[in-house]
This record gives sequence, C-alpha cells and structure tokens, in this order.
Amino acid sequence: MSVISPVGSPHTHAAVSVTRTMGLVMLTLLPATAYGLWLFGWPAINTLMLSILGAVLGEVLCLWLAGRSPGFFLADGSALLSGWLLALTLPPWAPWWLALGGGLTAIVLGKQIYGGLGQNLFNPAMVGRVALLISFPVQMTQFVAPRPLFSADAPGLLDALAITLHGVPVNDGVTGATPLNYLKTELSRGLAIPDIPGHGLEDLFLGNAAGSLGETSAVLLLLGGLCLVGLRVIRWSVPLAMLGSLALLAASMHGLDPDRYPGVSYHLFSGAAMLGAFYIATDPVTSPVSTRGQLLFGVGCGVLTYAIRTWGNYPEGLGFAILLMNAATPLLDHYLRPRVYGRDGRGSPLRVRRPGP
Amino acid sequence: MAMPERLYLPLRQHVGVPAEPVVQVGARVHKGQLLARSGGPISAPIHASTSGVIADITEFTAPHPSGLAGPTIILDPDGEDRWGPRNPPADPFSLEPDEIATRVGAAGVVGMGGAAFPSAVKLDSWRRRPIRTLIINGAECEPYLTCDDRLMRERASGVVDGARLMMRALGACQVMLAVEANKPEALASLAEAARDYAYIEVRRLPVRYPNGSAQHLVTLLTGSEVPAGGRSADVGAVVYNVATAHAVYRALVHDEPLLSRVVTVDGGAVTHPGNLEVPLGALVEDLLRAAGGVSGQDRLIIGGPMMGVMLPHARVPVVKGTSGILALSVAETARRPTAPCIRCGRCVQACPCGLVPLEMAARVRTGDLEGAAGYGLEDCINCGACAYICPSFVPLTQYFQHGQGGLKARRAAVRKIEATRLLAERRSARLAREAQRKAEEAAQRKAARQKQQAAKAAKEGAP
Repeated sequence: MSVISPVGSPHTHAAVSVTRTMGLVMLTLLPATAYGLWLFGWPAINTLMLSILGAVLGEVLCLWLAGRSPGFFLADGSALLSGWLLALTLPPWAPWWLALGGGLTAIVLGKQIYGGLGQNLFNPAMVGRVALLISFPVQMTQFVAPRPLFSADAPGLLDALAITLHGVPVNDGVTGATPLNYLKTELSRGLAIPDIPGHGLEDLFLGNAAGSLGETSAVLLLLGGLCLVGLRVIRWSVPLAMLGSLALLAASMHGLDPDRYPGVSYHLFSGAAMLGAFYIATDPVTSPVSTRGQLLFGVGCGVLTYAIRTWGNYPEGLGFAILLMNAATPLLDHYLRPRVYGRDGRGSPLRVRRPGP
Repeated sequence: MAMPERLYLPLRQHVGVPAEPVVQVGARVHKGQLLARSGGPISAPIHASTSGVIADITEFTAPHPSGLAGPTIILDPDGEDRWGPRNPPADPFSLEPDEIATRVGAAGVVGMGGAAFPSAVKLDSWRRRPIRTLIINGAECEPYLTCDDRLMRERASGVVDGARLMMRALGACQVMLAVEANKPEALASLAEAARDYAYIEVRRLPVRYPNGSAQHLVTLLTGSEVPAGGRSADVGAVVYNVATAHAVYRALVHDEPLLSRVVTVDGGAVTHPGNLEVPLGALVEDLLRAAGGVSGQDRLIIGGPMMGVMLPHARVPVVKGTSGILALSVAETARRPTAPCIRCGRCVQACPCGLVPLEMAARVRTGDLEGAAGYGLEDCINCGACAYICPSFVPLTQYFQHGQGGLKARRAAVRKIEATRLLAERRSARLAREAQRKAEEAAQRKAARQKQQAAKAAKEGAP
C-alpha cells in the first residue's frame, strides 16, 4: 500500500493565483500602453522593451545568485509587470541605458535585495523611477510632444534606434514639458493660473499631451483600473482614498486661491495620478492588508502627492508620495488590524452581558 | 443502502471520554441495544446499529487523518434487523426538562454537524445562564454537502419536533431554524412543518461561508457576539444541527437511539453521487461501493472540502459526526506548489474572525507561537476561507492547526511545571513546619526536664 502523506484542509481552492493576478493587471494596462506607444512612436516601443528586459534580467540574475529556480519565480510575471510599470513612468524617448538601468535597479535594489517577491518594502517600479529621477534629472525630464506613429513627423524605425542609442536630438521643437511641469514653471514666473495658456481638459483626460510613456491618458488608465476593481484583482479602498483625498485637497486649495492652485481635474487627470492610484499604490506587497490601513495609506498617498506637487521641488511628486507611504506600511499594518470576533478593539474578550430579569 | 457485512463501531465517536463496552465478544444483540455506556460526564453511549453478533472488540482505524487505530466494537449483522423492546413516553412534549436531557444522553445523541459534542451536555446550559433562543443550524454552508438539505426537505416535521423538545429542555422561548437561501425546498418544507408554532421562526440566511459556524450563526441571527473563549450560551443562545434535532425527535418520540445518519457521498471521482442513509459503523468503502465506485480519485475526505479531514484509505467507519464522504478528483483539489506570500491581504478580507492570517502563518513558520497568538491564533476556527482564497497557495489552515496544537502542548507543559513547582513549594513548607514543630517540642521537653530537675533539687535541698 502506498503511503499517503496527509494534507490539511481546505481540500479545494479558488481559481486565483499570483500569475493570474499579474496577468489581469497587464491585460488592463494594454490599452493605456498601446495608446502611449502609438502617441510617441518607435522610440517608446524601444523604451518599453528595454525596461522590461532590464527587470527580467535583474530577476534572473538575482534568482540565479540565490540558487532558486528562475523558471518557477519568473512564471508569476511580477518582474515583467514591474519593468512594464516603470516604462510607463519614463520619458518615452528615453536613452537605452536609462530604461535598461531603470529596470535593473527596480528589480535588484527594489525587490531582490529584500529577498524577492513579497519581501520588498518599496514598490520596485517606483524605486527604479525615483532612483533615475534623482540621478539623471535632465534625461528623466526630457519629454517630447506627442507624434503619433505613422504621422508625418514621427521618427521611423532607424531614427528611433538612433534616438534610443544616442538620445533625443537637442531641438526645442521636439521636446515639451509635462502639464504639471509647465504649470510649475509658469507659476514660478509669477503668472496667475487664469493667465497661463494651459492644456485643455480633454487633452489631459485623453492624454494628448507631453508626458511619460503611459501616464498621459487618464481615461484609459481609469477604465483599466475600474476593470481591476470590478474583477476583484485590486480593492476599491486605496484608489478611492488616494484620488478622493487628492481631489478634496485640490478643490479646497483651488477654492481658497484659484490664481495659485489649479483645480481638481488638473490634479486627477495629469501626472500619473490614475496610474499611481490604480496600479502603483495598490501593489499588494507594499500596501497595508486591512481595509482601515488601506484607507489611511491611500489618504497619505493623496495628501503627500498634492503637497509635493504644490509646495515641493518635484512637480511629478507621486512616486515620492507612494514610496513614503510604503515606508509607513509596516506601521499601519501593526496598528490598524481588524477587530477580532468576540474581542474588543484592544483584544480582550467581550464581557458577557447579564441577561435582563 | 444495503446492510454491510460488518459494522465497526468506535468507542469514541464524540468529543470527550470514550464509551465503556458492556457486551462480551460473541454476545447476540438486538437492534438499538446498548453496547457501550457513557464513560463520564462528557461522553456518549454506543448502540447496536442492527441486530447481530459481537465479533470482536479490538483496535480499528479511526476516522482521523493519522490513520491510527482506536478501540472499536465489531458487529456482524444477522440480517434480521430485529429491534429490542422500546418504551416511548406517552407524551414526550410533557416530559420534564431533566427527563428530556437524560433520554437524549441515553440515546447517544451527539452534534451531527461534525463537532460531535454530546448533545445532552449542552441541554444543561440553562443551569449556567438563562437560554432565550434555540438555533437549529441548517445553514450547511460547506460546498458539496447536501445531507442536511435532504433531511430538511424530507423529514421537516421530525426536525421541528426535535427542536420543540429541545426548546422545552432548555427553557428557551424561541426557536430559529436557520437555512441558507440556496435551499428553497428545505425552507419551504420547514416553514410548512413549523406553521402551527408561533415561537418557531424559519430564517433565510445569505449564502456565505462560514455561516454555519456556531458563533457566526449566533451573531447573524441575534446580533450578539459570542465572547472570545466563551460559548454561545453566554449570549443566551444554543445551537444544534438539524440532524441532531431529528435524532432527538427519534430518541424521544420513538425511543430510538442514534443508529444511522444521512451521509453525502460526492466528489468528481464518485460514479453516482448522492445522499445515503447509513448505519453507523459502515465502512467508507461500503458507501463508495453503494455510490457506484470511484475512478480518478485524488483525495478522500471525511466532512466537507473546507474543513474536512483527509482519510488515509477507505477502510474507516462512518461515525455519528460524519456528514460527508468526498472522493475528489485532481481538478477539484487544485493542488499547486506554494509560492511566496505577496501580502495581498485577501486572507485578511476573507477571515470571518477578523484575524491577520498572513502574519499568523509567518510567525507559526518561525516557531513564534506566542507572536501568532497575538494575532489571534487561538481565535481561529479553522474554516479555511483564507487558504481557499490565497493566490500563493500558502497552506494557511495547516499552519494554524499546527500552531494551535503546539500552543496547547506548550500551555499544558507550562501548567505542569507550575503544578510541580507548587507541589515542591508545599513540600518544603510542610517539611519546614515539621522541623519547627519538632524543634519546639524538643524545647518544651527540655524546659519540662529542667523544671523537673529544678523541682527535684529544691525538694532535696529543702529539708
């Protein structure tokens, strides 16, 4: 008779897995990514490929060094997703070393140093982005105005290779500032908001503006994010708290002084707010596990994003805000636990109520 | 199902002390005859499921994942299924509460939802505090299991009568028959059976696992939470399974001890799944044969897929708490290698007890059981909701069962050390007292001697 090793309950399992989760996230990212690639052309495709390549290379290298089987861990798709998300936050015409190095940094410094999937304190893609932003501020803020694929002035395949290998040709006609950057510069010149010729709201919403590869189209990111919530891949708590607090702050400050503070739509539909709220801040590994923790985490992300954008030096402050709240996650997890059944908030058993006479 | 060749009746089919055999090997017994009496205050007697001959009293595999053996009475049926004398009371509904509890105890009725706690013991709850509500648990929230559903559909009046008797025993003033909304036929037949009794309320529950967990059911129906470490009686409610209520009805109205039960035989590997009325002591393999056999079985389970235990093989008897036998196929068990925890928090959202399973598992893994207890390890009801939903296939429930066992053993060891220390302290105190008493006696004797000598000297010196 064969010896059967006992297996504990439960004896069945829901149709969920890490691979499926990551796959669904990527699926909902496709429209926004495809739009970004179309908007910025061949060089953007190179950026995406190189970033993903860097991330996967970093993962394989570290797994190999740690003596783990790369096949099993690569199959979860988390490295691929980190590289992808990073690419969406890079300038679309980034030089090859920026994208590749960013991907490597994201995985090696952001994830594998801590022990791999599930162990990292900070969101890998944001670690990659912030490391690049601090180290190479010039290259990281060289944005181009949209030049849709196959349009007259879009670079061809060979031009794109040249851009990726040698960098963006220095030509003011090509580059453009992101809406947030532009506003910040104009404000610092002493102009009031109504006097600044801004981007139209539709441009922001649809993404027809200069910016990072995949952050420009707020509507596609919002739709993708809502799909994720609907599919129960992510929870509503973090996006709602984050966008809600950002909107609330923007509305109140705009109400106080419309000349200095832009309105709600401006904050929500520009600068990766949607990408951050639905795809970065909801990273399961680096956000709290309880609903209360997630709400507070989201509010923290929203408030810090607004503060850094408005009063800080980085108009694209979202990455910093999320990393700061990532650092607070263990604390939130420790203090904001759910109440245990049959116990009060402090963990003592509930008192037995004497039944009335 | 047809009567098997042999019945195997373990002396321990319930929580508590095993029953003590009162028959000899070779004895001829009739159906319903007492084979083993209750072994203590928390125990239950065992009766002959049919008439026949006691073939042996020996060790036989118990329905437990370890596959270890326990003392078992083996009965060879004679095929006549001949009852002994029965004396049902003229009007069971006018019996004294104590009398009802005694008869339920004598009939060997235990919780048939799976817990197998002796029912008569719970009928005494009113002595500790007044009981307001009797809840009859027909939630049957585990997937696959439908034995309670069938029982409620087909024997609703028995369930209702059993509930009325238990209500009388408990001194409760209302009965709630709780059934999940996915059993409309059961709800309808219960409502029909309870139509004449204003104090019986049929409650439709939302379909949500684990609604059948006693304390969660109490909260769902009464709004009060059972305090940690307490019982549902602490909030004035007592919960019984529907099959238990039916067994109480058989015991009191027909003077029939608990001899059989309805068992669900299901799973992708079973040829003809269904519910069978099974004599206690039948082997799992008898049931599977009655259901047309199995093919492509990955795992054999007793109970439901969420909380059931895996069986080492099919030569294991059906006992009073066996609600289902599942032969699951590979597709159903969905076995996958464990991946790293990604802290997604699904387990936290799924936990009906408000625990943080991922933190508990991480601590149990490193042996920090006290740390895990700080996250509620001892409040875990092992419902398996967290492990079911875990995208990384972490065997969370297995960690918690291991941790709870370890914690229990550790607590027992601490208690033992404490008791030993207390004994040693008492002993040294006693020895010290003894020595002091001896010293005092010696001093007294010395003083008396000196006094005597002084008196003698004075007497001699006086003249």
